[in-house]
Amino acid sequence: MIQFERFTLENGLRVLVHEDKSTPMAVVNVLYDVGAKDEHPEKTGFAHLFEHLMFGGSKNIPVYDEPLQLAGGENNAFTTNDLTNYYCQLPAENIETAFWLESDRMLSLAFSKKSLEVQRKVVCEEFKEHYINKPYGEVWHQLRKLCYTSHPYQWMTIGASLQHVEDATLDDVKAFFHKHYTPSNAILVVAGNVDTAHIRSLSEKWFGPIPSGTKYVRHLPVEPPQTAPRKLEVKAAVPLDALYKCWHMYSRTDHRYYTADLITDILGGGGSSRLFQSLVKEKKLFSNIDCYHFGSTDAGLLTIEGKLVKGVSMQEAESAIEAELIKLQSDGITAAELEKVKNKTESAMAFEDMSIMNRAASIAMYELLGDADLMNTELSRYHAVTIDQIKSESRVIFNENNCNTMYYLSDNSIL
Amino acid sequence: MNRKIAPPIKDAVEYALALKPYDHFELDNGIPVYTVHAGAQEVVQIEMVFYAGNYFEQQKGVAAATNFLLKNGTSQRNAFQLNEAFDYYGAYCNRSCYNETAVLSLHTLTKHLHHLLPVMEEMITDSIFSAAELEIYQQNVIQRLRVNLQKAEFVAGRLIDAYVYGPSHPYGVYSQIEDIERLTVEACQAFYRNYYLQGKCILFVSGNLPADIRPQLNRHFGALSARQHSLAIQPMATLPAAEKKYCIQNDPKAVQGAIRIAAPFPNRHHPDFKKVAVLNSLFGGFFGSRLMSNIREDKGYTYGIYSYLQNHIQQSAWVISTEAGKDVCDATIQEVYKEMQRLREEKVSDDELLLVRNYMIGGILGELDGPFQIMGRWKNILLNNLDEQYFYDSVEAIKSIDANEIMALANRYLQPAHFYELVVY
Repeated sequence: MIQFERFTLENGLRVLVHEDKSTPMAVVNVLYDVGAKDEHPEKTGFAHLFEHLMFGGSKNIPVYDEPLQLAGGENNAFTTNDLTNYYCQLPAENIETAFWLESDRMLSLAFSKKSLEVQRKVVCEEFKEHYINKPYGEVWHQLRKLCYTSHPYQWMTIGASLQHVEDATLDDVKAFFHKHYTPSNAILVVAGNVDTAHIRSLSEKWFGPIPSGTKYVRHLPVEPPQTAPRKLEVKAAVPLDALYKCWHMYSRTDHRYYTADLITDILGGGGSSRLFQSLVKEKKLFSNIDCYHFGSTDAGLLTIEGKLVKGVSMQEAESAIEAELIKLQSDGITAAELEKVKNKTESAMAFEDMSIMNRAASIAMYELLGDADLMNTELSRYHAVTIDQIKSESRVIFNENNCNTMYYLSDNSIL
Repeated sequence: MNRKIAPPIKDAVEYALALKPYDHFELDNGIPVYTVHAGAQEVVQIEMVFYAGNYFEQQKGVAAATNFLLKNGTSQRNAFQLNEAFDYYGAYCNRSCYNETAVLSLHTLTKHLHHLLPVMEEMITDSIFSAAELEIYQQNVIQRLRVNLQKAEFVAGRLIDAYVYGPSHPYGVYSQIEDIERLTVEACQAFYRNYYLQGKCILFVSGNLPADIRPQLNRHFGALSARQHSLAIQPMATLPAAEKKYCIQNDPKAVQGAIRIAAPFPNRHHPDFKKVAVLNSLFGGFFGSRLMSNIREDKGYTYGIYSYLQNHIQQSAWVISTEAGKDVCDATIQEVYKEMQRLREEKVSDDELLLVRNYMIGGILGELDGPFQIMGRWKNILLNNLDEQYFYDSVEAIKSIDANEIMALANRYLQPAHFYELVVY
């Protein structure tokens, strides 16, 4: 049970405090309700580029990192298709430094030209390092385009192309800041060796005077239900053939999400999972196979991916996956199998909650979904999933017309 | 309120850092056990460290294969049943093979521990290493290796170690596809007999421990025929490459180069090690370092650049590592040497040094948060044959090193002539 207190400042900033006196540290986590899905289709990668610019100096403080490091702290941030999250951890006595730094960059960035020029290059190198200069690095670029026709999940957080990042202007940066980086669009979580009353006064002192801005109201294109299977074949300079199959699943707040999540564990969670045992160990068709989803806020994708053993044909590999799915749809699972994936979920949560950094981020993310207390009721939702639900949802999700398949073929003539 | 003025801080150097002591006892057979009982979550971590790393192998890849296959079949249970035994309780049993040591670890909710210790016992006393499991292992490792060999950073990491230590030293050796193909059941079984069944083992146990942890461990591991006093590590001579500069073409379509610059460096027992750790932070050890500030934050040549001292027992190396745009690799390397030169020729300012000190102390304070982290520190200290004084001396080095010492160390160690230099495109 994670305890917290919540209050809202007059400018709309939500503040949540989680006290844990067993640590000498404190964490300040600021989540902005903006992700790659809020980008213009011609200016993708911007939310993430912007995250980099948040470290390039704010209105009153020329550099973000140095004062934090001087206070014994460290920080980082990440951007997803749904959100942007900034966090720093420092000795609890120095927590006001984090309030000073975070509130100033929420108040206003410095909009430095040099920072934009440098970070455009840095992000381009990040793009190359993770998505171009690596075998299979562009796979999700292809899959997102295949699976989404309308919803902005159709591009990766890093951006649809290097060009979009290179073309970003200072005017784009300013507009993005004023649209999304407002108190009413943010959630502040403070965790660790702190007092709620003290955090309340620090919040009012540092964040209270920031103008509330205009609340950003999201109107995203809705992805229409898929009505026919989609297939794509890509030839690439990779050493092994790989097979990807994606099915649309439920949004993070849908009650059926928990069933879909457990289905991925039954199929692909570890050494005793169905796909690994059947297709890697018994039939020896794949050298590795995984089943996962990203836990995205809007309706996401349930994915099975694997690399084929040399000499195995795509058709043979794909039919074997389909046979496993049909088995799940017709025979369902055993009570012990369900118990196993529920136990796994319980255990994963306990390990995840060990650090105050993770707890702070979880509180922020659940608050974004609607209520931080969801993190305390989550486990009971998993426990409520039944054998019948697993069977019936697997029939809904693994419908042929809901499926996107990519053959990623090794072609060494491309090298 | 003036937003231009930073709130007052307590300098992290004023913190008195304390490493929570471990409890220590021996099982009936003399296996040493170190425990740290702490933490709010009802979880436990057990690490069984065997002296069964690649230092001990006669044939490339045997140590790693043996370690991996511990979970692939005993005379009682096949691989699926072993996996199921852990998965059912939501527990994680992992294997990792290093140079001197190889580890079998368990992470579980404390309430399930008693179901899982018997399975661990079975794996380290009764593994069978079947031909069928070895064959699947070989096939899948070879496939993974083929993918990795296409990654510049993977190739660069292997080659730089081979240059620094020599390709026959346990720290420099790497496997080719043919080495994996040559593995045999007999070789794995023999290695298992020598280094697990009759090996040297140390247990590190941390988390929220049940009251009967001692009898539980003794019941399952107290009768192993462990050889506690043999298997000492005799440092092996390195055979560094004669040539210092390398440029390897790995992928004709590469858009980046993987750069590694490295020099041999003594191990943790050397009197300079602790102070050089501070110099390393300043040079390239964190986000605010000289390398990062110059090469990423000023020039944008890379997504990240770091320097570090390798965590090895016998001897170490000082490594600078980055992936940079193909057209700026040469410029990146020049800037690395320029930063070495600045450290040799200019005294670091008081402000910058204080920042590095505070950052490092704050980092340790944060890292000591939680039972697994505390045990991680202890494990590193103990496996390097050091004691708690090493921890306190390291903290003292951070607090007390001065600018003259930093410059002297830079002059001693940051000499380009000592460094191997590699770019893999």
